[in-house]
Amino acid sequence: MALERTDVEKIAHLARLGLDEADLAATTATLNDILSLVDQMQAVDTTGVDPLAHPLEATQRLRPDQATEGDRREAYQAIAPAVEAGLYLVPKVIE
Amino acid sequence: MHQLTLTEIAAALAAKDFSAEELTRNLLQRIEQLDPQLNSFITVTADAALAQARSADARRAAGETGALLGAPLAHKDLFCTQGVLTSCGSKILTGFQAPYDATVVEKLAAAGAVSLGKLNMDEFAMGSANESSHYGPVKNPWDVTRVPGGSSGGSAAAVAARLLPAATGTDTGGSIRQPAALTNLTGIKPTYGRVSRWGMIAFASSLDQGGPLARTAEDCALLLQAMAGFDPKDSTSVDQPVDDYRAALQQPLSGLRIGLPKEYFGAGLDARIGEQVLAVVEALKKLGATVKDISLPNLAHAIPAYYVIAPAEASSNLSRFDGVRFGYRCENPVNLEDLYKRSRGEGFGAEVKRRIMVGTYALSAGYYDAYYLKAQRIRRLIKNDFVAAFAEVDVILGPTTPNLAWKLGEKGDDPVSAYLEDLYTIAANLAGIPGLSMPAGFIDGLPVGVQLLGNYFQEGRLLNVAHQYQQVSDWHRQAPSGF
Amino acid sequence: MQWETVIGLEIHAQLSTQSKIFSGSAVSFGAEPNVHASLIDLGMPGTLPVLNAEAVRMACKFGLAIDAEIAERNVFARKNYFYPDLPKGYQTSQMDHPIVGKGHLDITLEDGTVKRIGITRAHLEENAGKSLHEDFHGMSGIDLNRAGTPLLEIVSEPDIRSAKEAVAYVKAIHALVRYLGICDGNMAEGSLRCDCNVSVRPKGQDTFGTRAEIKNVNSFRFIEKAINHEIQRQIELIEDGGKVVQETRLYDPNKDETRSMRSKEEANDYRYFPCPDLLPVVIEPAFLEEVRSQLPELPTEKRDRFQREYGLSVYDASVLSASRELADYFEEVQQVSGDAKLAANWVMGELSSLLNKQDLDIAQSPVSAAQLGGLILRIKDDTISGKIAKMVFEALAAGEGASADAIIEAKGLKQVTDSGAIEAMLDEVLAANAAQVEQYRASDEAKRGKMFGFFVGQAMKASKGKANPGQVNQLLKQKLEG
Repeated sequence: MALERTDVEKIAHLARLGLDEADLAATTATLNDILSLVDQMQAVDTTGVDPLAHPLEATQRLRPDQATEGDRREAYQAIAPAVEAGLYLVPKVIE
Repeated sequence: MHQLTLTEIAAALAAKDFSAEELTRNLLQRIEQLDPQLNSFITVTADAALAQARSADARRAAGETGALLGAPLAHKDLFCTQGVLTSCGSKILTGFQAPYDATVVEKLAAAGAVSLGKLNMDEFAMGSANESSHYGPVKNPWDVTRVPGGSSGGSAAAVAARLLPAATGTDTGGSIRQPAALTNLTGIKPTYGRVSRWGMIAFASSLDQGGPLARTAEDCALLLQAMAGFDPKDSTSVDQPVDDYRAALQQPLSGLRIGLPKEYFGAGLDARIGEQVLAVVEALKKLGATVKDISLPNLAHAIPAYYVIAPAEASSNLSRFDGVRFGYRCENPVNLEDLYKRSRGEGFGAEVKRRIMVGTYALSAGYYDAYYLKAQRIRRLIKNDFVAAFAEVDVILGPTTPNLAWKLGEKGDDPVSAYLEDLYTIAANLAGIPGLSMPAGFIDGLPVGVQLLGNYFQEGRLLNVAHQYQQVSDWHRQAPSGF
Repeated sequence: MQWETVIGLEIHAQLSTQSKIFSGSAVSFGAEPNVHASLIDLGMPGTLPVLNAEAVRMACKFGLAIDAEIAERNVFARKNYFYPDLPKGYQTSQMDHPIVGKGHLDITLEDGTVKRIGITRAHLEENAGKSLHEDFHGMSGIDLNRAGTPLLEIVSEPDIRSAKEAVAYVKAIHALVRYLGICDGNMAEGSLRCDCNVSVRPKGQDTFGTRAEIKNVNSFRFIEKAINHEIQRQIELIEDGGKVVQETRLYDPNKDETRSMRSKEEANDYRYFPCPDLLPVVIEPAFLEEVRSQLPELPTEKRDRFQREYGLSVYDASVLSASRELADYFEEVQQVSGDAKLAANWVMGELSSLLNKQDLDIAQSPVSAAQLGGLILRIKDDTISGKIAKMVFEALAAGEGASADAIIEAKGLKQVTDSGAIEAMLDEVLAANAAQVEQYRASDEAKRGKMFGFFVGQAMKASKGKANPGQVNQLLKQKLEG
């Protein structure tokens, strides 16, 4: 499954990765190399085999419904790039 | 002092040969002197370390004992350390002073360990050479023109150069074991879920595990004992009591059944490494082990499966790095799209971007079945192979890496070639079983490692085998010249 | 061309847990921005989710109440997309293995018929935060207090055929979640949000037309208007030769129209995959049985019981069982007064009007169930007439007395039932209207009816309304007919 430039642009967009023109060709080539490696999987017969999402087949533990966290806004926002009036600022969001 | 192992340090501190503060000072000086050659540290926290050391000394004076009280170490820079830069070797975490401590950090601090700083690593743990860090490549103290392995390259280099007796690392596809092998260290990746992932910045959530790197199995046992354990903050943490790893070290090896997978000794392996490994096998036989040929038929498929699953999970885990709440934000974003694309485009390095894209592609509509699901099915086949093998043997043995440490820059343009270096280590992460690498000799002055794989929760057994081998060998005592 | 509307609804109910679904932050409304946003809610690197047991329990309650299949295992999946109110860059939701499977809910239509609406599934997910668009130097502000609060997304089958049915369905879900105590149903605060999928097709056609989704409609009234508007829009579009585009639209209540959201929605590939930080959730049969044993009487069960026990019509029973509070109120009135019919009439009549007029809900009623029950008792025992009772009711509502009895006493409203007294009063009335009496006696049956009313009116006036109407009628007739 060879990728074209346009495929790579789409993927980069989905992942919100800014790629410049210079990158695009090199990235396309490298991704295709990686995908050739990965395509080796198709030769493996996996009929009747269930996917394994978690290595140890354990199940989810449940937590009691208690509010345990306090207000640590100041500490957490001290490392934020842009904050005002307790809100995180981003370029205007259009709905 | 810097030659002492963690175990020896514990005895020396108990015997009051020196104080934790003196030891820390000594190592801080070494780091200042020698680390410029290696670049193993991203952040040295000298003042905090001295304060912790003094506190450990005070605790000892008050009657506390404990093998890690006053023990110096450092953390791979993907463990969150409160108030200290936690960078994951990435520009995108510039300015990220973690607002909390990882469980591993907390546990080691509670045991009295002294953290000297944060160690360099491949960006977001993606790499096998520690060449992709925003903070520059790490050099192998055995040959500073070569890579130390990755992604826990900083951890390995610092310990190998005796800047530290031990360090924490993480292993997603071999990132503890492979650098350990390339730098003559012992390192162990425990069973998935054994060590808490709370505060361990995620690369591939179903594969990541934290573990120690040190010069001996005994030291690893000491550290792992403190690092391991159930954590309710991590849903994938296993609620099972931690074995007494130190007690397990002493078990004689008679009756131990070792399996040698034929797939490990195929094409792609440097023949000299193969010979070195077989020499270790002979030594273990002398200690009472028996050896059997086994097969892990799906081993070869581990690499493609891994290079779908790990990037897929990573592509999602790394979406939170968007310049909004922490970390690097591009200058003057003109709109939201621009904020995301430039912050992430400028903040992530090339290998990380590549893997995010592979992962995004593997999960995307139309490709999910052929890539992601297919890889998860292969994952089950690989697990099944191990389960079958462990019905017949106690430990699986083989080389940790197919090649010796390569030259810096050698694999720069060819990520796939670097991926193939993970051939022997990756399968353990996919199956979730524990794996350990220990020193097994030198070829052309470069270290060779032997890998031991065990069944689920058999960390004690692996440490035991390594420790017993280290009683009859002295590879692990060798130090690189110049350090 | 005859058109048929096909509607499917996705309702997001915010579960009324103490803490968020994956973190220990408190669930709140209206707090200062980001004071309830923990490390986990902020998506800080290295943080991990742990699942809230109560959210699981609440989802199971809902599943049992709609007779649904509840899977042995359910799995959380990541829905990946970028938006500032989604800190991790993915929403933890459920895709292939939701906690609740196929079920159904019966709704009562205006004509009293019952229609069964299929529910495809219900799943747990985390809520996103909020974007505030007031200008911060040309920027938007993000508040993550809401990020991570637990949602139950309820997806209906496309079984709904009109806006009115849609409203009935949403009301039924609203009532049910409040009955179960899993959601406060406060639509103004966003506790219940509705996405409406609307399409039209020529009557008789099997296949569905292209649907448009109207997102986040937050009141029953707007749901009805938005759907009706959308139906019109689609029909006009098709009849003009156009095609309905599958898209997301927003309802603007000020303009009463739906408009397309910006097309960024179209390109979204959410790349769902099982969340590797969470393990599959197992629901044991014993757990389900325990939840089932603790379920309150459900609205439909209550409705059926009201019909059986109190002989109410299906319509009345439906109205009175619509909310737990209303049903409880009605039953208390019935208990105190011993008369289900009167209780039903008063609750659905006078009380309802009063509450509507003052924009109150039943919990805030100025007349308590005990008070109303007491009032009805006095009607039944002839202490007061129905007409006087209305006055007493108004007085109770105005807080003029603690009970019907107190007011009747204070205002001297007791009905006069002494036949002697009534006769005497009637004699006076007839004497004062002798001419009309003669006219009455001289007329035939048909004309008598109207004239009778005149005498009743006079009698009521003379007795200031206190004479027992039944007795007045009876005695008056006697006297007039001689």
